[in-house]
Amino acid sequence: MNTTTIPYTKTEPPEGYSAPGLFATTLDRVVGMARKNSLWPLPFATSCCGIEFMATMGANYDLGRFGAERLSFSPRQADLLMVMGTIAKKMAPVIQQVYIQMAEPRWVLAVGACASSGGIFDTYSVLQGIDRVVPVDVYVPGCPPRPEQILAGFMKIQEMVADEPLRRRYSPEYREMLAGYGIV
Amino acid sequence: MDNVYITDRLKKTFTHDILETDAGGDMLTVIVTAPVIAEVIRFLKEEPDLGFVFLTDLCGIHYPDRGLPLGVVYHLHNLGENIRIRVKTFVTLADPRVPSVTGLFSTANWMERETYDFYGILFEGHPNLKRILNVEYLDFFPLRKEYPLEDPTREDKQDRHFGR
Repeated sequence: MNTTTIPYTKTEPPEGYSAPGLFATTLDRVVGMARKNSLWPLPFATSCCGIEFMATMGANYDLGRFGAERLSFSPRQADLLMVMGTIAKKMAPVIQQVYIQMAEPRWVLAVGACASSGGIFDTYSVLQGIDRVVPVDVYVPGCPPRPEQILAGFMKIQEMVADEPLRRRYSPEYREMLAGYGIV
Repeated sequence: MDNVYITDRLKKTFTHDILETDAGGDMLTVIVTAPVIAEVIRFLKEEPDLGFVFLTDLCGIHYPDRGLPLGVVYHLHNLGENIRIRVKTFVTLADPRVPSVTGLFSTANWMERETYDFYGILFEGHPNLKRILNVEYLDFFPLRKEYPLEDPTREDKQDRHFGR
C-alpha cells in the first residue's frame, strides 16, 4: 500500500527561553501567536475580487488552513476587514462605519486594484482607494488577484499580527493616525 | 395610425412649438419647445387616437457646441398598436428649466431626478428634485461636457510617474 505523508507546518513557538518543564517568553509574543492563528475576517466583497475570495475560502485553497475558517459577518466580532472590489463614493461612509464598528485590535486588507487605488475606474463616482477613508495594513495587487495572492496578503497580515506590541493601539500616534481619517 | 398622421395631429394643435419632425431612422422624432413639453406629452398620452400611454425612457443629453446645448429626450410607447415616438426638447445652460411630467407618469419621478443629477436640468413641478445616484456633496453635474470624467484627486496617474 502506497502511503504518502502530507507535509504540514506546525506553528513555531515564539522566541524565548526554554528549560525542562519551562518556557519563558513575552506576553506580546504569546498573544500575537494566538491572534495570528485565529483571525476572524469580515469579507466586504462588492465585485469580482469577491468571487476570487470565494475560491480562496473553498476547499482548493482553503483559508481555514490559516486559522481563518470562521468568517464574521458582523463587524463586532471581526478582526480583519477584507475589502474586495470597487468602492463607490457613496459606499465610502458605509465602509468607514463598518471599520468603526469593529473592535480593537483590527486590521484591514485591501484586495485588488479597485480597493487599493480605484483601479481602472478613474471616474467621478468611484473612491480612489479605500485608504481615503480607513487605514489599510496590506494591499493585494491584481485585477482580480488570484487566490494565491490573497493568501499571500493574508499571510502578510498574520506577520503583522504576530509582531504587534500590545500597547500599540493605546499609543497617541495610533490615535492621531485614526483621527487623520476622521475616526475618533 | 402612421407617422404622417401623428405629425399632422401634433402640428395642428401645437403649430409653432413643433420645431422639427423626422420620420427617418428607427422611430418618429419630434423636437418641441421646452415650455410646452408637458402639454405635448399629455396630448400624446390622453388623446384616444394617439394613446402613447407608456413612458419608456426619459434622459438628458449635452451638445456643448449647439445654441441650446442641454436636452431632454422622452421615449413614448403606444402599447396597443406597438408604435413608438421620441420627443426632444432643448434648453440653455443659463436657464435649464423644463416642465416636469411626473403628473402624467409616476415613473418620470426617478428618471427626472437622475437627469437632474447628471445634467442639472431643473424640472419644474417635480415633487422631490434632488440627487438620486451620486453622492449628495458632489458640486457639479458629471455628465456635462465641461467637467472631466476622471477623478481629479487621483495621484497615481500624474506625469511624474511616467517620466513626463
